Amino acid sequence: MKTSANVISTLPGKPAPRTARGSFHWLLVGVAVLFSAVFLVLPLLNVFAQALAAGLGPYWHALADPDTISAIRLTLIIAAISVPLNAIFGLAASWAIAKFEFRGKAFLLSLIDLPFSISPVVAGLLFVLLFGANGLLGHWLEVHQVKILFALPGMVFATIFVTFPYVARELIPIMRAQGREQEEAALTLGANGWRTFWHVTLPSVKWGLFYGIVLCNARAMGEFGAVAVVSGHIAGQTDTLPLRVEKLYNEFDPVAPFAVATLLALLAVATMLLKALLEWKTRHES
Amino acid sequence: MTKEEYLTKSPAAAVKGSSPANPLPGFSITLGFTILYLTVIVMVPIGALALKALGLSWKELWELATNDRAMAAYRLSLGASLAAALINAVFGSLLAWVLVRNPFPGRRLLDGLVDFPFALPTAVAGLTLASLFSEHGWLGQFLVPLGIKGAFSRLGVVIALTFVGLPFSVRTIQPEIETLDPAVQEAAKCLGASRWRRFFMITAPTLLPTVLTGFGLSFARALGEYGSIVFISGNLPFQTEIAPTLVVMRLDQFDYTGAISVAVVLMIFSFALLLTLNTLQGWAAKFQEP
Repeated sequence: MKTSANVISTLPGKPAPRTARGSFHWLLVGVAVLFSAVFLVLPLLNVFAQALAAGLGPYWHALADPDTISAIRLTLIIAAISVPLNAIFGLAASWAIAKFEFRGKAFLLSLIDLPFSISPVVAGLLFVLLFGANGLLGHWLEVHQVKILFALPGMVFATIFVTFPYVARELIPIMRAQGREQEEAALTLGANGWRTFWHVTLPSVKWGLFYGIVLCNARAMGEFGAVAVVSGHIAGQTDTLPLRVEKLYNEFDPVAPFAVATLLALLAVATMLLKALLEWKTRHES
Repeated sequence: MTKEEYLTKSPAAAVKGSSPANPLPGFSITLGFTILYLTVIVMVPIGALALKALGLSWKELWELATNDRAMAAYRLSLGASLAAALINAVFGSLLAWVLVRNPFPGRRLLDGLVDFPFALPTAVAGLTLASLFSEHGWLGQFLVPLGIKGAFSRLGVVIALTFVGLPFSVRTIQPEIETLDPAVQEAAKCLGASRWRRFFMITAPTLLPTVLTGFGLSFARALGEYGSIVFISGNLPFQTEIAPTLVVMRLDQFDYTGAISVAVVLMIFSFALLLTLNTLQGWAAKFQEP
């Protein structure tokens, strides 16, 4: 199963072969560039144009709103919890799956791919049915006064569900391609398992790991559907940046939703730049 | 790389049987952690849905899953996803082709931009597309007088789904175009085949399985999409409401049975699609063997 993680990561580095440049060549290029301009460039520029349409004053005012500040904080907290957990999961899963043979591996891989094919809304619903008042654990949680749904823990669960495959999916093919000869050599030379991992395995997968983390983080900070279902939409408390954009949009504010959206658009631009940098790095190292 | 490749191309698998026990440490702890994590994050929540669904009346579930509003939502979800995946199959192939075969100034920039819909949070995608195509937007001011309403309409749903699915299509097809053997083209050229004949007899059939895979991935992505649609569609029941939106609407009204019924249908759609895609990739892999 091809997944978004490896679809996005398989990028060419080779220069295009030289072909005759007739009028047909330029027609193809023209259509491709026009399509990309309408579908890729305009949407990006539009976010900033709308956010700054009334000048810098309203833009800063929208960003300085206490509810927006709290949304920024919540988004960062959720990413700070879920991304490291998913990175640890990714390392553990790829080690077990790429370096060892065992029964049920195909099933495990399917489970890891599952979030790619489940609608984020359905993912959110799963946690409502687990932790909600009518949910499986709802009664127990209420008696013990543990608040998961419509609070930070529920949003972290939903975010992890949607984003956990990214690091694992990035690392599994890399670790598999490298085989285990190098680790075996290190062990033969007397290094213990932990040292082998730190000095042999980790350095050889570091760019893949970093890229998986970048992707996972972009998804975690931008997740909308799953988090919307479990958040409860309490302004200043359970609104993340994307949810804050929606709320401001529904209030028909002409500038504020775009102002908040610029932060997320900058995140996307940073993600793309990091990806370009990592591709350049891996090309130069190999 | 397909799952089959992960499983069969492993160097460890190649020497299996001949080699002694795997000397690498940490197998049980990493596998144990992986299984624990997947159990807490995936299995238990899905189990909760299954238990809940089993505890409900089948008649009521069926009624809520198939009433007029739900059927209208599935029709729009499937129709718009299909349209978006088709657009992506055509323009995604074109874009991939140009990026690999037609060097031009700014090619690398365009190549990087293809990932933009993947990196951009879907809420922002919906927000900016709705504004672009609305009456006073950069594109809408020209299109709306022509009768083309790209925001708060079904067309808007197709536009947003095309946007989010584009990278899946391009990035699936691109590597395949890179591996096309130019010698085959040259041979056909020497034998006198015209540019169109070469395209339809050689290039198109070779790329077809991959284009179909890209189509399927883009379709799967579109079926579950919610974030961007909320902003651009208007969310009118029977008109611009997609299935995931209906799940959220029913949840907001505490209609758990209604939400579960549509969610189960959505999950059946995605599993069916997943199976089809796996079969398709198996076929594509076989197709590419010499």
